[in-house]
Amino acid sequence: MNKARHNPLNTAAMHGALILYTLIALFPVFVILINSFKSRRAIFREPLALPNADSFSMIGYETVMKQGDFFLYFQNSMIVTVASLFFILLFGAMAAYALSEYQFKGNLLMGLYLALGIMIPIRIGTVAILEMMVATGLVNTLWALILVYTAQGLPLAVFILSEFMRQVSDDLKNAGRIDGLSEYTIFFRLVLPLVRPAMATVAVFNMIPIWNDLWFPLILAPAEETKTLTLGSQVFIGQFVTDWNAVLSALSMAILPVLVLYVIFSRQLIRGITSGAVK
Amino acid sequence: MTALTLTNVNKSFGEVHVLKDISLEVEEGEFVVFVGPSGCGKSTLLRVIAGLEDASSGEINIDGQQVNLVPPSKRGIAMVFQSYALYPHLNVRGNMTLALKQEKQPKAVIEERVASASRMLNLEEYLDRYPSELSGGQRQRVAIGRAIVREPKLFLFDEPLSNLDAALRMNTRIEIANLHRALDASMIYVTHDQTEAMTLADKIVVLRDGRVEQIGSPMELYNNPANQFVAGFLGSPSMNFLPESLLDQGSDTLGIRPEDLFLSDDGPLSAQVSHVEKLGGDTNVIATVQNHSVTARLFGQHAISEGQDLRLGFAPEKAYRFNADGQRLR
Repeated sequence: MNKARHNPLNTAAMHGALILYTLIALFPVFVILINSFKSRRAIFREPLALPNADSFSMIGYETVMKQGDFFLYFQNSMIVTVASLFFILLFGAMAAYALSEYQFKGNLLMGLYLALGIMIPIRIGTVAILEMMVATGLVNTLWALILVYTAQGLPLAVFILSEFMRQVSDDLKNAGRIDGLSEYTIFFRLVLPLVRPAMATVAVFNMIPIWNDLWFPLILAPAEETKTLTLGSQVFIGQFVTDWNAVLSALSMAILPVLVLYVIFSRQLIRGITSGAVK
Repeated sequence: MTALTLTNVNKSFGEVHVLKDISLEVEEGEFVVFVGPSGCGKSTLLRVIAGLEDASSGEINIDGQQVNLVPPSKRGIAMVFQSYALYPHLNVRGNMTLALKQEKQPKAVIEERVASASRMLNLEEYLDRYPSELSGGQRQRVAIGRAIVREPKLFLFDEPLSNLDAALRMNTRIEIANLHRALDASMIYVTHDQTEAMTLADKIVVLRDGRVEQIGSPMELYNNPANQFVAGFLGSPSMNFLPESLLDQGSDTLGIRPEDLFLSDDGPLSAQVSHVEKLGGDTNVIATVQNHSVTARLFGQHAISEGQDLRLGFAPEKAYRFNADGQRLR
């Protein structure tokens, strides 16, 4: 333990700064939450007041439940996010393992090519993507979104994961080879558990933009049965009139699943299972 | 029967020629140590034998069968790594049984082998622990146990002791020697530590820059080194090399082991003491003879201090003569 941590003044200052930051970061979420339980008039009269007996109203949630199939949107968002993350992690980790473990011609070039996508925003290719989806008949399916998000997430995933895979002990992989494990078993049973914190990082990085994305759902899958939550909430925002109760209620509900996913992944981040494999 | 035969084995990584024409034999039940400075290719040679690297050319025979194209798991070898390389998600029993399960051995056989190996290594009470719950020495024993249960034709050790502290290293060294006696198996052991090489080996292979410098029993190499490199590498403190100009003996370099130097009033070497190491049983005297550092290892305790002048003598028949290329002159 170093001295700075023992000094009570330092501890207080550190906690003070962290608490302040937490308050600032959580404030908008807090405002959304409290206002989603208030009547429209109360929202505008006193936006920062807590809901009381007078101003309490579930009208926003009722509107959301009545208008459109909100649970379907929910389900769509969930499917798209989870499936995209699964494919990003699976293919990203496999590509990263191949790049870091095997020596082959063009290894470096391939790595650079795969990392190139980090610098090029995928939205530049929207028109081409749309044409491709139309040609393959994938428009208005969840697969269109899953494929696009997987492509979008892969470059960074490969980049981050291959760095981490390089750090996995060669001895461990070789021990597996001598014990007769196949390359797939070595990858799935020995290497993947050791890079789990990196996988969680990649998952968290990719999850939020996918969940919040409005662009691709709007262009590739605007049909009623494939609408995502973000797209579904847009019906309440009009050019002239916005149903704030409904928007705030929809947003409040949209926060929950991301929160759950985040908790799952962040637990992986702090797990210390890797210690003891190699000294 | 020879456990391992290497014939003209070469290995290159791209342009870099790491192993050059290596040929050697390991007899059944023999303990062979590959020793050499770091970067000499000893670990690469071990990995080529294990099948983790392919030889660029040459032939590898294990137990009379050519194995150049055989994958590591089918070569009948087991390897103990420097970093232990235990599977973190398996407990000690799981670590030891994985290879046997992979070979589809019957359950009874697996049980029995694990029981006998863990008895031999005193691991019985740790069988249900995970690697992260074990100390360094225990992990190393598990790694050795994982090799034993496979009952391989050839054990390969890759610097297994270098992660252990000094006291544990000595104990484990003795354990490995006992293990070799108990199992009567062929073993290859890689180290850069000449003490480990001298104490464990039936046969030492000295490597330098990817070439075999000399092969022989520890005492053969100590008493009869083929060249200046081997002479300087084995023995501690290492041999003194003096240029011809100091002592006219009809060679370019004269090698004298520190333990062969003694104090003598009419000795040929006039030295000034620069440092004294008093070890109790021995006294190491580091002195300068005309700008050349010379180490003398004297038995017992001596009242010698820094800056003192003394004369050192040696028996001429105990001196080694080398030519300018470092080759031994006999």
